Amino acid sequence: MLPINETMGQYSELFMLLAAGTYTVAFIAFAWDLAKSSKTLRAVDLKAASAASSVAVEAKVPVAAGRAGGNDVGGPAGRAERPTSAVASVSQTAGGDMKYAAERRVPARVAVAVAIIGVAIHGAGVITRAIGAGRVPWGNMYEFLTTGAFLVVAVFLLSLIRRDLRFLGTFVFGLAIIMMVAASVTYWTPVGHLVPALQSYWLVIHVSIAVMSASLFTLTFAMSALQLLQSHRQKTLAAGGVDKLGFMRLVPNALSLENLSYRINTVGFVGWTFTLMFGAIWAEKAWGRFWGWDTKEVWTFVIWVVYAGYLHARATRGWTGTRAAWLSITGYLCVIFNFTVVNVFFNGLHSYSGLPS
Amino acid sequence: MSEPVQGKENSTTSATKLDGGEATGKTAAKPAKDKAKTKADKAAAKAVDKAKAEAALPILGIKGMLRWAWTQLTSMRTALFLLLLLAVAAVPGSLFPQRPANPAIVTQYIQDHPDYGKILDSVQLYDVYSSVWFSAIYILLFISLIGCVTPRAIAHYKAMRSQPPRTPKRLSRLPEYGTLVLPADAGIPASKAIQDAAALLKKRGYRVEVRDLDGALPSLGAERGFLKEVGNLVFHTSLIGVLVSVAVGGLFGYSGQRILVEGDTFVNTLVGYDQFSPGTNFQSSWLEPYSIQLNKFDATFDRESPSHFGQPIDYTAAVTTKESPNAAAKQQTLKVNDPVMLGDTSIYLTGNGYAPMVTVRDGAGNVALQGPVVAKLQGDNYYSSVVIKVPDAKPDQLGFAGFFLPTAMETDQGVSYSGDPELVNPQLNLNSYYGDLGLNNGAPQNVFELDVSKLTPLNGRGLAQKAIALAPGGTYTLPGGKGSITFDGVKKYIGIDIHHNPGQSGALVFALLAVAGLLLSLFLNRRRVWVRTGTHEDGRTMVEYGLLARGEDHRLAGEAAAIREQLHREWFSSDEQPTDTVSSSTSKDQ
Ligand code: HEM
Repeated sequence: MLPINETMGQYSELFMLLAAGTYTVAFIAFAWDLAKSSKTLRAVDLKAASAASSVAVEAKVPVAAGRAGGNDVGGPAGRAERPTSAVASVSQTAGGDMKYAAERRVPARVAVAVAIIGVAIHGAGVITRAIGAGRVPWGNMYEFLTTGAFLVVAVFLLSLIRRDLRFLGTFVFGLAIIMMVAASVTYWTPVGHLVPALQSYWLVIHVSIAVMSASLFTLTFAMSALQLLQSHRQKTLAAGGVDKLGFMRLVPNALSLENLSYRINTVGFVGWTFTLMFGAIWAEKAWGRFWGWDTKEVWTFVIWVVYAGYLHARATRGWTGTRAAWLSITGYLCVIFNFTVVNVFFNGLHSYSGLPS
Repeated sequence: MSEPVQGKENSTTSATKLDGGEATGKTAAKPAKDKAKTKADKAAAKAVDKAKAEAALPILGIKGMLRWAWTQLTSMRTALFLLLLLAVAAVPGSLFPQRPANPAIVTQYIQDHPDYGKILDSVQLYDVYSSVWFSAIYILLFISLIGCVTPRAIAHYKAMRSQPPRTPKRLSRLPEYGTLVLPADAGIPASKAIQDAAALLKKRGYRVEVRDLDGALPSLGAERGFLKEVGNLVFHTSLIGVLVSVAVGGLFGYSGQRILVEGDTFVNTLVGYDQFSPGTNFQSSWLEPYSIQLNKFDATFDRESPSHFGQPIDYTAAVTTKESPNAAAKQQTLKVNDPVMLGDTSIYLTGNGYAPMVTVRDGAGNVALQGPVVAKLQGDNYYSSVVIKVPDAKPDQLGFAGFFLPTAMETDQGVSYSGDPELVNPQLNLNSYYGDLGLNNGAPQNVFELDVSKLTPLNGRGLAQKAIALAPGGTYTLPGGKGSITFDGVKKYIGIDIHHNPGQSGALVFALLAVAGLLLSLFLNRRRVWVRTGTHEDGRTMVEYGLLARGEDHRLAGEAAAIREQLHREWFSSDEQPTDTVSSSTSKDQ
């Protein structure tokens, strides 16, 4: 057991605060980007409206979309092109491929640059915490939250390399800031050793995968929420309504959001399956039974089943699109509940919040 | 078996349907209309179904109704509904205390909530996971699962043994489509081109069938990714395996608890246990008479960090084990997260505490009790309760109840508490009683509780004699010549859990299988490729290809591009730019 290093712990807390501050700047820049770009886009639209209005329609139309209503379609026809999320005309939403477009979004660039600085500081915070405690930095709620927020941001920034997901920025950094603030205010715990029950390599495996899956679910939660908004907006627009959510122009259409969040959710689900299994193996090692319906186990199971339901919904007619998005959101709410209420207020064998009892 | 399987299994024929002209070229530009149409279709279909059901019932009779029920039960929608229901049904188990986890808390809870405590009990809310309704949900779910998986497995077995579906007439209808044109002077006739393509696809892991090689329009059908469906089937089947394993554990397993004070030995027989929960089918002959003796227990506490000062950081129990009464003794270490295996059981370190040693002399001056008394943890820093019953004391039975503090301290208000987990200033605080302990009527009693209803207090708060406060070595003489109590010293005890679960390894194996299946099922792609070649009037060789995925496949466009690139490399030198086209529908939305 490595000794505690209080100084490192204090540095870590300082880094965390700095990171949270930097994220706040990034958050503001992302929000500014949404507001500004939606204005610019609208102006561009107006100009282009008279000119090449037919181009969008001419764009190669998916074969599948035409058949999507049929009930005997195999393959991508029935899947990739689901009829449930209304397809919008190109200019009302961002490109479905989520590739970087030519136009420069200065605020977004600033936001990403600031976010990168933030995540570097945050990473330093996580590492100094680990050094300070002489172990993996996920042994209590403060550490789950700070490390989890780090993962959320890191995964998000990494995904930016390949896809233009900057429209998610406000959401992601909003959530990250909430996590950091909650960690520092509500769940603050100084560096310390682990109680014997937590001293196991299963802590490293089980919890790291849990935090990782939860970060993925955080991303898909944001996407599903946007999907619902976008889907509503697209319907309104299709019906000739007024666009009250101008900033959503930067966000891809509901269908692309659904497809991408589905893909991330599958990875998250596999991660959660491992969380559940490794948790069971650890429980067997620590308590002598691999499953005992302890409150934490119950909620981990509930989350797993909800996301299994989500995967099933995606394969069930009438349950894709909006309903699936609601299931994804429900799953995430369960994750939050499992983390907050269950950890703090329900007592079970898993009472490791690190908070004084 | 409904939607998904139809969607999936029928796609063997969906290619046929493609060129059968079913796709009428509705476009994505008219989503509203499409939607309206599907809605109308659905409504109509529903009405028809309803009418059918009503009309059919009397004619179909029992058999038809059963078939109908079966179809419903094994439909994807039912599975989804049952899954969500299962999630909801699992929740109350975390809201209310559960009997299997702690029966005493349930009893207490019912007492504390006289208004609805009993009602909750009548709907099995304290036994959620063995309740009728919870079991009904998962049993239905698993029946649905079997009903779902079996026909799928059969269909997939057939699909795996049949050739790739025949080449659609109009490949351009497929989501990924492209053409390549080989100049006449390239010397690659249509038949050679198709063979090249076949070889290439085989290398990419496709199963390929070449058709009409000598005809005017040779073509090939190729398919890969059968493991995806296999994975899905393995996943679902393994879930059944997990459930069965859990059931096996419940039938043939057992578990129990025992408290061991330093020096104590546990022998694995029924009487050796403090508490024992046998599985439904348990037979006591299964218990192997191994033994385990606690030699020494060490707890280490954090002395370094001010904020976690006194928090435990290590528990280690040194034990001597014997596989059987005559086997050689073995020195082993028992730790949290690190059980000791003996016989077919595992032994876990689940608790620990202090056991003050006392000697009680009765009114006649004889030693009526001597030895360690297990103190039950109550609060921080091993603040523990102590109950001592001395049924052998004469002329009156004696009883003591109070607290043990490893490091006795007092608040300003005079409330004692323990300031540290270690034995800095151990103290035994007791009230004493004499009279009838009520042990003789045969009813089992909780050793940690003293029933004082038939006892007379000898000392305590509000009496002439204040509470007994003893440090190690100290003796207190009871008033009225009732005897005395001596605090001889302190030992440590551990709580061990002993478990035998024959379903455990099965559950692990099936869980691993399930994960493997899940990975295959989620991340493999089932794809079909068709290629057709022909010779143009002017001698050029025309190649067209199309790709179709079954299920979610965001990489289909990538696959199309890769195949194209390889064909290209096969047929063209790098600087040549062929005149050909690509079209893709999926790439747009990814
Ligand atoms: C114990 C309950 C069940 C669980 C936990 C469960 C879980 C899952 C999961 C995680 C998937 C995703 C794998 C994939 O997408 O390929 C899946 C897919 C699927 N499940 Fe289940 N399932 C259960 C019961 C059922 C039942 C009862 C049925 C049949 C009625 C069923 C039919 C299917 C089908 C057809 C798929 C494939 C969907 C697709 O390809 O996306 N499942 N299931």
